[in-house]
Amino acid sequence: MNLDLLRPEICLAITAVAAIVTDLLFKRKGAVTIVSLTGIGVSVVLALSLMGKNSRAIGNGLFALDNYAIFFASLFLGLAFLVILASADYVSRMRDFHGEFHALILTAALGAMLTAAATDMISILLSVELTAVSFYALVGFLKDGKASESSLKYLLLGAVNSAVLLYGLAMVFGFSGSTRLAEIAQAVSNIPAGTAGSAGLIFGLVLVGTGFSFKIASVPFHMWAPDVYEGAPTPITLYLSTASKIAGFAVLLRFLLTGFIQPTALSQNWGMALAVISALTMTLGNLLAIPQANIKRLLAYSSIAQSGYMLIALASLGMTAAADNTIQSSLLFYILAFALAEIAVFAAVIITSHRINSDLIEGYAGLAKRSPLLAVALTIGLLSLMGLPPMAGFIAKFYVFSQAARSGLVWLVIIAVINSVISAYYYLRIVKTMWMDAPAGDESVSSSPAPKLSLIIACIGIVVLGIVPALITRATEFGSRLLLP
Amino acid sequence: MNSNLLSIIIFLPLVGVLAIALIPRISSKALKYLSLIATLSVLVLTLFLLFRFDRGANGIQFEEVYSWIPAINAHYHLGVDGISLPMVVLTAFLGLVAVLISWKVENRTREFFIWLLVLESSILGVFSSLDLLLFFVFWEIEVIPMYFLISIWGSGRKQYSATKYVIYTLAGSAFMLAGIVSLYYATGSLDMAALANNGYAVSQSILPAAPIFFLLLAGFAVKLPVVPLHTWLPDAHTDAPTAASVFLAGALIKMGGYGMIRLVSIFPPVAQQYAPIMLGLAVIGVVYGGAITLRQTDLKRLIAYSSVSHMGFVLLGIFALSQTSLVGASLQMVSHGLITGLLFAVAGIIMHNTHERDISKMGGLARQMPAASTFFILGGLGALGLPATSGFAAEFTTFLGSFTSTEVSGVKIFVLVALLGVLLAAAYILWLIQRVFFGPVLPVFNETKDADKLQKFYCGIFIVLIFFIGIYPSSLTSIIQNSAAGVIKLLGG
Repeated sequence: MNLDLLRPEICLAITAVAAIVTDLLFKRKGAVTIVSLTGIGVSVVLALSLMGKNSRAIGNGLFALDNYAIFFASLFLGLAFLVILASADYVSRMRDFHGEFHALILTAALGAMLTAAATDMISILLSVELTAVSFYALVGFLKDGKASESSLKYLLLGAVNSAVLLYGLAMVFGFSGSTRLAEIAQAVSNIPAGTAGSAGLIFGLVLVGTGFSFKIASVPFHMWAPDVYEGAPTPITLYLSTASKIAGFAVLLRFLLTGFIQPTALSQNWGMALAVISALTMTLGNLLAIPQANIKRLLAYSSIAQSGYMLIALASLGMTAAADNTIQSSLLFYILAFALAEIAVFAAVIITSHRINSDLIEGYAGLAKRSPLLAVALTIGLLSLMGLPPMAGFIAKFYVFSQAARSGLVWLVIIAVINSVISAYYYLRIVKTMWMDAPAGDESVSSSPAPKLSLIIACIGIVVLGIVPALITRATEFGSRLLLP
Repeated sequence: MNSNLLSIIIFLPLVGVLAIALIPRISSKALKYLSLIATLSVLVLTLFLLFRFDRGANGIQFEEVYSWIPAINAHYHLGVDGISLPMVVLTAFLGLVAVLISWKVENRTREFFIWLLVLESSILGVFSSLDLLLFFVFWEIEVIPMYFLISIWGSGRKQYSATKYVIYTLAGSAFMLAGIVSLYYATGSLDMAALANNGYAVSQSILPAAPIFFLLLAGFAVKLPVVPLHTWLPDAHTDAPTAASVFLAGALIKMGGYGMIRLVSIFPPVAQQYAPIMLGLAVIGVVYGGAITLRQTDLKRLIAYSSVSHMGFVLLGIFALSQTSLVGASLQMVSHGLITGLLFAVAGIIMHNTHERDISKMGGLARQMPAASTFFILGGLGALGLPATSGFAAEFTTFLGSFTSTEVSGVKIFVLVALLGVLLAAAYILWLIQRVFFGPVLPVFNETKDADKLQKFYCGIFIVLIFFIGIYPSSLTSIIQNSAAGVIKLLGG
């Protein structure tokens, strides 16, 4: 057992406990935040210090330490950091439970990090659940009517989904005889096509896919997203739409790539299925986003549509014969660009909705006059989500779409670009409201420095990534290269 | 010749933008002078390019190549040839004029000039990019400033027009993006010049050439515009503020024509195969556009619709696929940019001073606004193709080149029908001039001021250029010629 390789995760777990203890011991509210941020910082340093040439198995193959895991660990830690910054205003209004709030954010990040590193079906399930349980509590944290309803909805649907996922994993185990992804891969390539074994395996895969579709909010299990996003505290919505979703993609990519890339007939099966789901997801998400009047619901549908774009990369992975890692790298790049855009958008929403006490889009009228910084940031984030150059979102889309074209999924690319146009309609509607409409009030919209900091970091990231993507493609290629075969 | 001159030209307006945006409490006077300095220096630099350009050589000059995104083989690749150079100079000129035209803008001045400069920078980028991805980036950036310019400083149904413009453009460019992506994976290259020189070298055949051609064409066809994709144009041109109208008509829609010439050089056989269809669309555009122009009652809308007809000539010249017709099409783009730019500028002056845009309520303005009327009439004569104006030189070259083209069968019939467009142009221009400037003098306009000094100055430059090119067209054609020949040589005919 070489558990010492889990240093960053262990450090994070200790920080979570420390956050609760600090809350008990110190009167000063800021102490918890400082402890959490420091813990995250230490974890990032530990994670980066583990960077090595070879991937190493941890705990008899339950987890793997490879560049892929380190890439996602840093990403999730960064997200947790920015979410804590962005929720500073929210937290200062809460009377109690500061420690618990931070601890839950940290455990959610811990679960997400473990999810990205898991190489065994048991560890996958456990880490996914760790993230999920943290989120059930976080969503209902405010304990008002709406939040409780959301939390309950999320919990019930999530529980059903975990059952489906578990059933699917059990089926895969039943027909392959192992829970290790690497061993599954060997067993799978030995199952002849057309037999009962192969049919059972596909049935299991469908169930697993269904289970993960809940995590990434794609068709057919996307319905929870708008309600939960709307009811949850906005910083948690941000966290949910980034960390939880990205963890879903991280595990899905590893699961499919390690376990089920061979034989080609099988990978083309799931590749095509994912391509269809991707087309449905983005079309549905974009069309349903159009009539929304509440910005959080709109962003929920937009984030469903974004899942559709990310699924394109997974579909290309199944359809391609190429052995290089550009597809994986394109997905990682997209994830990064998506995360930055979501942070910029949600941080602006968090600050604004606090001042105007509403999440309705009409409340954003004339925001450009009331707070130019917020308006610029929200515009940059929305344009990046829309995929307009010179934002990161454009390069990300181009990168993902071009991989799909290479895998022969030109029809999917065409659907995707048409979808980008549809999405322009509702993204630009918000931009229009902010810049053109008469302001609803005169008082300027200001905020404390912490959320502003996360906003500015995200915006700079978006623009830099959009103009000099080479800086980051190196990192994403690095992250995808040493993914365990 | 790796001189970075093109980069400086493209990014100079952005330096102006930064200065305007970052200097706190800058006075509106100061920021106008800043914009003036930025656009003027861009123009000076492009003129320098124009004189340093080697007219005898064939190929790309002032080239700059840097690696941009190694993962997808994208480069920061700039350069101009005989076809793009005149467009760059035209854009720089219109940029300067747009600043002068907007000298009286007082509503949200800072934002206005920021968007204007961003717009100029992106159009310059489009005309000088040789990497398809970079080209597309600039192509898309242009949408944002135009959207704001129309919807904030426009008139009439400005938000409707701005949104329509954005949706049409984005729909077109979405297909274009799909085309670029497919082209990249069919050939592994994003370099326009290399793609043209190597032909459509298919290394991984995922798609036949024709669908890619049409995907890319969709983006250009919306911009040019090709009938029936033109309906955004009258709305956008009519409701935009004058400076934006000048930019739209003068430089923006030329991006479509320019893109098509590049497209032809990448897919010569496909272009040749489908040329009759494109010629058909061109002729429909010329005649339909001309006919519908006759019916217009709004001054700006009339000029806008005449663009549809004139861009039909460009389409005709491009897909007639002969060297002369291509030179004609390029010349027509420059000439139309100057003439329509002038017409929109004068229309802006007239509308500003008379507060009237309905043609039926105007008349006899030649008495009250002699200078503006003279400029408009001279510009109008250019638009109807009077000899000695650039309009004549361009249209004559286009028709002559198309008529004698040997690459497309049946081209003569198309040309003969398209000649109707000249007749229509004469009709709508002369009728417009007669209705607006002659006839009984209306007392309502007795107090109307004429064009002021500044306006006379920039209108005068337009007139000088229109007649200079009309009398001495080889000043431009000698630049275009070799590059056009290069494109036609790719046809292998």
